[in-house]
This record gives sequence, structure tokens and C-alpha cells, in this order.
Amino acid sequence: MLTYIVRRLLYSIPVLLAASFLTFTFVVLTADPLQGLKGNFRAQPERIAAITHKYHLDEPVVVQYGYWFKQAATHKLGNTLVGNTPIWPELQRVLGHTIQLLLMAEIFALITGVALGVYSAIRQYSVFDYTTTTLSFVGLATPIFWLALIFQIVFTNIYLKWDIRIFYTAGLSSVDPGHGFSFLIDRMQHLALPALCIAVVSIATYSRYMRASMLEVVNSDYVRTARAKGLKERRVVMRHAFRNALIPIITLVGLNFGALFGGAIVTETIFSLDGMGAYFIRALADGDPYRIQAWLLVSSVMIIIGNLFADIVYGYLDPRIRYE
Amino acid sequence: MSETAPPRTDDHEDEPRPFARNSGSTVPESIHTGELVEPGMPLEISEEMALAYEQGVDIEARSHWAYARKRFLRHRLAMASLILLVIILAAGMFANVVAPYGYADIDLLNTQAPPSIHGSETLNPITGETAQGKPHLFGTDLLGRDYFSRVLYGIRTSARVAFVVATLSTLIGTAIGAIAGYFGGWGDNLLMRFTDLILTVPGLAILLVAAAFLGNGSPYRVAVILALLFWTGLARIVRGAFLSLREKEFVEAAKASGSGDMRIIVKHMLPNTLGPIIVTATLTVAAAILTEAVLSFLGFGIQPPTPALGKLISDGQGQMIEAWWLVTFPGLVIVGIVLCINFIGDGLRDALDPTQRKVG
Repeated sequence: MLTYIVRRLLYSIPVLLAASFLTFTFVVLTADPLQGLKGNFRAQPERIAAITHKYHLDEPVVVQYGYWFKQAATHKLGNTLVGNTPIWPELQRVLGHTIQLLLMAEIFALITGVALGVYSAIRQYSVFDYTTTTLSFVGLATPIFWLALIFQIVFTNIYLKWDIRIFYTAGLSSVDPGHGFSFLIDRMQHLALPALCIAVVSIATYSRYMRASMLEVVNSDYVRTARAKGLKERRVVMRHAFRNALIPIITLVGLNFGALFGGAIVTETIFSLDGMGAYFIRALADGDPYRIQAWLLVSSVMIIIGNLFADIVYGYLDPRIRYE
Repeated sequence: MSETAPPRTDDHEDEPRPFARNSGSTVPESIHTGELVEPGMPLEISEEMALAYEQGVDIEARSHWAYARKRFLRHRLAMASLILLVIILAAGMFANVVAPYGYADIDLLNTQAPPSIHGSETLNPITGETAQGKPHLFGTDLLGRDYFSRVLYGIRTSARVAFVVATLSTLIGTAIGAIAGYFGGWGDNLLMRFTDLILTVPGLAILLVAAAFLGNGSPYRVAVILALLFWTGLARIVRGAFLSLREKEFVEAAKASGSGDMRIIVKHMLPNTLGPIIVTATLTVAAAILTEAVLSFLGFGIQPPTPALGKLISDGQGQMIEAWWLVTFPGLVIVGIVLCINFIGDGLRDALDPTQRKVG
């Protein structure tokens, strides 16, 4: 098992390097981090030339990548090209916010999706089953950013009309969030809507997988045996079927957690959350290859961890799987 | 030919028919009657068929595609979706005819008019007269532009982009998947490395970087960028199918009879993978519409004045609290289109499943 993990991690290093080199080349060749400076008529040409030289912007891409790599490896991802501030503290802060958001979304999605899936599998072809299937189709067809805007419209209008604040529609915290428990409640009220948006697609996916997986298990021999030896239906479903049907879903959660880092970009932008997504959009607008690189590296590592987690948990839960 | 089957006419109904048991000729009669029989179809005749024949019921020999078509036509949800989708797309394609207004027509007397069928009363601030306003199904925006017309033009743009994405990515994906599955080698390596990359790096981020710096706001550039990132899914499916087909006897037979690689791939193996290719291409259209909407919404996709569905939503975002219709309707149209395509894809998947022989 340990060798498997180590091998997987070692294998992901070249992939990561290739990805980072490709994006770096791409960004450097097409974007200009000094566009703001050049547009400013008070900036003297000598000064622009000096800055260009200082940051090696006149060198070939490979050399520039080398400079970035050296800085990133020795100085915790280095400093930003635009503004020259350290990258890591800011990235650390936004990463924390995004993880809070994704954890909230995923826990909610997992509980709801699994419950819906199990119930529609037990009551196959019932009204409930059909409704869930239809809704999951609708969920998969809904653009998340649009859903986010609809939530904002609804909850802002509720607030404006009746002066009831159920959920906040922007930001991470109120001006004065308080401490301890009241801070927690305030944060939850802020994260609820974006988390719900992210969760919609996950719920649709999980409930469909869970239903399929549950149906497969319910028709297997050991469940028939459990019924045959006279166990109560509730015990058969919960102890024998449910636990085994859950295995593929856990894997899916691991894979999904990584994939969500991309999906969170849009949601975070709309809800003005100070997270990874907003950070990425800012870096992109500035045309700053160093920040884009740092972002990409951190997100990719999260995805790799998610995939690895999925594999390990799968092997642990299902003793039939053995990694060599 | 010693035995020939009697012609299938109704006046033979009462007399018992001599049943041709495949002995005299291996050519089934339906070939003479011009019905569809694939050369490779098994010719053995089952009990039911024999019984049906004796009772004067016509048996049609159907090819795989005929079965698929029949199954799809009987898939009620998929057919309903197809009809709805055709209506939506046709309205978009002929937007210049269908749309009541041009997409940039400004009507300053009717700004932010809520959606109405008959048109609401409007007050002319200069003359002080009230007049019956014009109907605006989806309302109007801050400049009084009719959102129904804008949405129709938006459908046109988004549908064009999605169509280009689906066509290009299907061609690329099929070609690379086929080469990877058949030859292995560099195609296989390229595919697998690309898959690793996509599994490691957040896709939307790459897309945003590419669209921001290369997109240029033109629909076709955005479409090409999307296609260049969308082909891997299909390529993996085609590769998998080719890996298993490569070991089949008919491929071996084709090789033994001296067919070239190209001929084997195109004539023998590709027709056997068309099912999954068609299904994936259909679902790609839906994915492309959603992704293009996200890109345009974030401002990295199609730029004004071309209306695209995602762009319309982001245009309405600024006034969405007072004018909810600006955001709601373009989004509903996206949901409708994507839902229809997904249902059609589901119907196609069921219809093209080669393990099924049942109609209905």
C-alpha cells in the first residue's frame, strides 16, 4: 500500500511539471503583465525597460520558466510579478476559504444525494423515484452561475420586501461577525447559498450513482441470504446493502472534490467570496504568470490528493481491491 | 433455385404456405423484395418466425440501424425533446425572421419593461401621454432592447458554437482514439498523457487561460478552443472500443484478405463504434453550450455586440434585483436546450445499444 502511494505521488511530479510548463509558456507568450504600466502615460520608457529587464521578461520562455521555478522552489512560490508581494500568505488565506466552502457543499451533497439515491432504489419505479431522476436531470442541465444569480435575486428580494435575512448573498462575513458561535453562524449564513449552488450538481450525480449502486447490491446473493435467514428488512437495507453500496460513492467524492476546484471559480466570483476562484480570476485579469502558476500548482496538488484519497479509501473499504 | 417463397400478397392468406427452410437458397427472400438485410445478419429462422410466417404475419428483416431508428422513434421522452429542440433551434437559426425586434433595437420609452404578452402602459416623460406599449415576451433591458429577440439571436450564436465544438471534437477524438486503439504507439501515448494532464489540472482554469488570451471574443475561436479540450472523452471511448474490436475475428479476416490498415479502421471497425460516438457527440453539444455560457458570463468568451446566452445573463446581472427577467429567461432557455439534448442522448444510448433487439 505504502509503495503504491509513493509511486503514485512520484508519478504525478512529471505530469505536474509538464502542466506547469505548458501553462507558463502559454501565459507568457500571450499575456503582458506590464500592460497596466504601459497604458499609463506617466510611466517613463526607461523605467518600463528596467522593470522588463529586472523580471527577465525579455528572456526566452524557457529561461523565464527557470527563474520562476527557482523562485517558487526556494521562496514558497515566490512573489507576484505585478505588485511584488509574497504569493504564499495570500494563497494560503484563499485556500482556507475555498476548503471551508467545498467541505460544506460536499457534506451536504453527500448526505442528501445518498439519502435520495437509497430511497429511490428501495422504492424503484415509484413516484418518488421518477421525481428524483427527473430532478437530477434538471440539476445536471442547470448552469451553476445562473442558479447562483437566481438565488441572489430570490434572497435579496426576500430581504428587501420583508426584512428577513435568511442567507447573505455576498461576501464571507458580516462587518461585525462576532466571535465563537455567532461567528460560525454568520459564516454559515454566508456560505449557505454558494455551497448549495456547488452541491446541486454533486447531489444530482451522487443520487444517480447511489441508486444504481444500491440496486446492484440489493439484487446480490448475500442480500438474498440475509433476507432468507429472516433478518428484518430495515437491518438488511442498512447493515448489509447500504454499507456496501456506499463504497463507489466514497470514491466519487474524492474525485469530485478535486474537480470542484474548477467549478468553484464561477460560484466564488458571483458571491464575491475571497477564495481560490476569485484569486485566479484576478491573476488572469492582471496577466500575472507567477500567480497563475502558483494557483495551478496548489489546485493540482489538491486534485492529486483527492484522487489518491479516492484510491486509498476504495482499497480500504473493499477488501477485494489490492494495489500492487 | 428449387424453392422460392410465394409473393407476400394478401390473397394467399387462406392457403397454408410452404415454408422455405433456408435449404435451397441461403439468400433470404427479403432481398428479392428489397427489404433491409445486412450481409452479416444471421439467417437462421426461429420458431416464432416460422409460426408467424405460417399465420400470414409479415416478418421484416431489419438491420441494426433500422432497429435503432424504430427504438428511438418509440422513445417518447427523447422524441418529445427532439421536437422541442428542433423548434428552439429553428427559432434561433431564423432569428432574423422570427424575432419581433432586432437584437440591438433601442426603445427608450420601454426600458426595463417586465415580460408581458400584451404590452404594459408606458408614460412618455416629454409629452406626458400614456400609450399602450409594445408586447415584450421576455421584457426589456435598461436600453429598452427586447430580450426575447436578444435571446433568439443568442440561441443562434450558442448553437453555432456548440455545433462547431461537437463536430471538431468528434473528428479529433475519433481520429486519435482510433489511431491509439488500433496502432498503440504515439497516438496512444499522446492520448494517455493528455488524459493524465486533464486528471491533474483543473479543466475550467485551462479553458479560461486559453480563452482569455486566444479567444479574442470571436465565437469561432472560442469554439475551436473548446473543441481542443473536449476531444479526450470521446478519444478514450473510441480507443477502448478499438482495443476490443482489434481482437475480433472479422478484423482478423479482413487482415488475412489483405485489407490495408486504413480500410480496416474506416470500413470495418468504425461502423461498429458509431453508437457510442453518436451518443458522445450529442452530449458534447450540451456540455459545449454550458461551458460557452460560463466563459461568456465571466467575460472571457464571446464579446458584444454578438449576443450569446451566457453574455445575456451577465448583461442582466447588474439590474437583476429590479429586473429579474433579464437573468431568468436566458438561463431557462439554456436549461431547456441542455435538458432536451441530454434526454435525446439518453434515448440514443438506449436505441443504439447493440445488445437490444426489442422494439418498444
